[in-house]
This record gives sequence, structure tokens and C-alpha cells, in this order.
Amino acid sequence: MRWVLVGVIVLCNSAGDILNTMGMRRHGEVHEFHPGALGRLVATLSRNLFVIGGIVANALSFFALLALLSIASLSFSIPATAMSFLLETALAKYLLKEHVGWKRWAGALLVVGGVVLLAL
Amino acid sequence: MRDIGRTVSFSPWPYLEALANPWIAGGVVLLAVWFLSQLSLLSWVDLSYFLPVTSVSYVLTAMLGKFFLDERVSFLRWTGIGLITLGVVVVGRTTPRTTSSHGPPGARK
Repeated sequence: MRWVLVGVIVLCNSAGDILNTMGMRRHGEVHEFHPGALGRLVATLSRNLFVIGGIVANALSFFALLALLSIASLSFSIPATAMSFLLETALAKYLLKEHVGWKRWAGALLVVGGVVLLAL
Repeated sequence: MRDIGRTVSFSPWPYLEALANPWIAGGVVLLAVWFLSQLSLLSWVDLSYFLPVTSVSYVLTAMLGKFFLDERVSFLRWTGIGLITLGVVVVGRTTPRTTSSHGPPGARK
């Protein structure tokens, strides 16, 4: 059951971040943060299907994480789900057409290694 | 979640009940703030830049645990903090955005 939940967390977290990125690229850059602008931003994003899909995927990931934390230790849960970093970096390169050079791969690997050690 | 107990269910009700816990509810509010901030940042930078750079939050969490909760940070965890910091620095030296914005006409670049 633990590994099923890990799989759900990794896949849904990755899908959620990819969808959110795609949605925000279609929306355009956000530069205003006063309450009125944030309200308009929320109203606009509520009609953005990519962001809605991203929210659903992230929510599934979140609840799966809550379930995992109720049956497994933090020292297992966090490293296992840190693998989503690598999956998302690969998806960013091939799906989002980002330029992912050796520095970004190195950064992702360093962060994953660091997250694993932090959880021990 | 330790207060709630074992919660592995395909029904939404246990999770909705978990939201009645003030700690969980407070976390949800902070998550909402975090989410809007994340979306705004994703409108500016690449996802492959965003992910490592925002991982500095792991370092911040460990530091807050040490100084406010008097948690002991082992050598392994200090090493982990160092690796994350190094990863943030390495990625931070790349161009934040390598793709074009496809926002609507008039959206700021």
C-alpha cells in the first residue's frame, strides 16, 4: 500500500506541476499582487482548464501524502516522494520544451540527494 | 495526522474530518498562500528552474526546527542542507526562463 501511495504522489505531483506551468504560460506573467488583482487572478485561473487540472492533481497528491504519513514514517515518505523532482525535470525538458542543461540536472540531483539525507 | 490516526480511505469523509483539526486547517490556509505564490512564480520562470530553487524551503524548515524547536540536526542532515544549498546555487546561475511566454496580448513579458 505504501508504494501505491508513493506512486500516486509522484505521478499526481508531477502532473499537477506540469499542468500548472502550462496554464500559467497561457495566462501570462503575473505582476500585480494587491487584493483586487489577486481576486481577478483567482477568477481568471478558475476558468483555466490546465490550472484546474493541476489543482486536482496536486490535491490528489496531497491527500495521498496525508494517507501515506498516517501509515509510514516521515523518513520513508519524504525521500520516496522526492523522486518527483527527477520526473518533473524530465517532463519539463520533453513536454514543456525547456532548456534543461547539465546545471539543472545537477541541481535536481543535488536537491534530491539533500532531501533524502534530510529525512534520515 | 498523528492526531487523526490511520487514514487510508477512498471515501472523502475521513479527509474532510481531518480538516476540522486546527493544525490541518491552518496548514491548508498557508498552502493556499503558497499555491498562489507558486503560480505567480511559474508565470515568470521555467519549471526546471522553479523546482530546485524553491527547495530552499527544506533548508529553512530544518533551520526553523533547530532554532525554534531545539531539534538536533545530525551530520547527515547538515550534509543534506549543504547539498540542497549547492543545488539551489547551481540552478540559480542558469537563465530563469528558456521558453517564450504565450500569454494573451498585452500581458507583461
